[in-house]
Amino acid sequence: MFKLHIFLLIFVLFANNAISESLYDDLKTQLAEPLSSNEIQRYNMTIFPDGTNLPIGSGSAEQGETLYNAQCMSCHGEKGIEGPAARLAGSDGWFSLSDPLRILRIEKHPILLISVGSLWPHASSIFDYIRRAMPHYAPKSLNNDACYALTAYILYLNDIIDEKSILDKTSIMAVEMPAKSRNTFSWPENPLNK
Amino acid sequence: MKNTPQVINNGGLLDRRSFLLSGLSLSAALPLAALPLNSQAQALPSKSYERLPQWMKMPGSPVSEYGQPSPHEGHIKRHIAASTPQTSLFSVSHSPIQNQPGIITPNGLHFTVSHNGVPEIDPHQHELKIHGLVDKAIKFDLQSLLRLPMVSPIHFLECAGNSAPNAVSVTALNQSVDELSGQVSGIQYSGVPLKYLLQEAGVKVNATWVIAEGADGGSHARSIPLSKLLDDAFIALYQNGERLRPEQGYPMRLFVPGWEGNTNVKWLHRLEISDQPAYTKDESGLYSDILANGDIRRFSFHMDVKSVITQPSGKMQLPNRKGYYDISGLAWSGHGKIKMVEVSVDEGKTWVKAHLQGPILPKALTRFSIPWHWDGKERVILSRAYDEHNRVQPSRSQWRSHYASYSFNHYNAIQAWSINADGLVENYYV
Repeated sequence: MFKLHIFLLIFVLFANNAISESLYDDLKTQLAEPLSSNEIQRYNMTIFPDGTNLPIGSGSAEQGETLYNAQCMSCHGEKGIEGPAARLAGSDGWFSLSDPLRILRIEKHPILLISVGSLWPHASSIFDYIRRAMPHYAPKSLNNDACYALTAYILYLNDIIDEKSILDKTSIMAVEMPAKSRNTFSWPENPLNK
Repeated sequence: MKNTPQVINNGGLLDRRSFLLSGLSLSAALPLAALPLNSQAQALPSKSYERLPQWMKMPGSPVSEYGQPSPHEGHIKRHIAASTPQTSLFSVSHSPIQNQPGIITPNGLHFTVSHNGVPEIDPHQHELKIHGLVDKAIKFDLQSLLRLPMVSPIHFLECAGNSAPNAVSVTALNQSVDELSGQVSGIQYSGVPLKYLLQEAGVKVNATWVIAEGADGGSHARSIPLSKLLDDAFIALYQNGERLRPEQGYPMRLFVPGWEGNTNVKWLHRLEISDQPAYTKDESGLYSDILANGDIRRFSFHMDVKSVITQPSGKMQLPNRKGYYDISGLAWSGHGKIKMVEVSVDEGKTWVKAHLQGPILPKALTRFSIPWHWDGKERVILSRAYDEHNRVQPSRSQWRSHYASYSFNHYNAIQAWSINADGLVENYYV
């Protein structure tokens, strides 16, 4: 009896944050409904760096500029560096030779310390984020051609491609982002944490 | 049995054991004094009646269906941060941790960061979809999820950018502790362990990552290693005993204990099982760390060991110039339990082990305190936390030596407060 009490005490102590394994091992509740391929298609918007899910369509930096001026400039600034919303072009850090006012901009909008052009390692991510979230007041309203064009314009603002370049599901994969060579990984290893 | 607390260093920190003894004798005496003098007491003389407060001479109000704080506490509010990019939808509020005792943050004061505003979701139309590298793609509606086995651990949640002003500002900004470090809360979230849902779908052997996505306007998404989801992650449906608030992801959010707030995807509606991360917006830029050598560190999920003194803290005015104060604060680690917190009242020259109030839970806020007799002189007070893996809070200069001067995420360095001779408390760099 005494041993049983000890066992129960230990059980109670360990059951606080975890469900008892013996009862719930290999649990199959069968409460899930099947998800049809049509439903998956409706929501399957994530673009991966290997090109998975990139759609058909195309757009040039020139086309992107027109769209940008109409729908993006009011938040991201004339050249993608002024803010108030995230900096799209240029380097990361406090200062840059090409932008003497940078420090003043940062004082006003601290997030302008970093930029898409300098930190993002994959062009596919730019397409992905424009399509799912931009413009801020009407997310998911831009079609695939517009998203390719705007991605191209942001790359052009960063001197990564030229103005005549056309992006599509093939050419976007050839874009080499400068940040990729600066990558270091915290998962699964984090040298700083050792 | 008078037991005077012993001053054990010249800063005025008191030895805990002798202090507690004297506290015991005091509390033992109180109940006797509070006993009614005479159960046959007459009605009070009229002069005494008049002096009674109004609320002792009339019946109170009936109870309400949903309780609210006293109107006298209405000033305890979250600090609304100046929206970082000043477009209306990037919305940030900080928990007033200087007003919070213990380790639980009330639901209405839970910090919140929303990159695309707070959506109004109809729970009857909301589904959790699981697809990708699985044997069968499945979905759960809310009613089915609520029937599954749940866990209810107590954890902290902290934004990766918490305390960013101290990481990047050259001078110590005169801000309060909630302005500086209020992007942290302590909550008992309840929900369904991910492993049951993934078991139901049957994860393929080559799966390594899961892209978690919200149903908000911006479809916030993060790539999470599958191993974390199979370990201690869960779909949170409740916070502190009631259903999630919209600002915390109603009707459901991902909860990944100990990891940066941004990975705890709110309004969760889709889990895509994959063999690679997606490099979503936040894991590409804003939530990367820029290191001192210019490298960009990706996927730094853990929130490291950290502590902050909340009483007294920035912008407070100590009411008396000298005398007794209970120094108290919060410590936490995304790697496990807090093992020890030390406090210094002499700018880090000497340190004294603080008292840890229970419960001490893994990846949860832990309350520490230490009695202190202030001598009325200028002081700089600090706290330093250690976790069960012997990780220790770095100094500000140690922390900054690892990172670029403008890298602001995952700042966990020691917080110092200066107290001047007038009792004014200010943010301070040691």
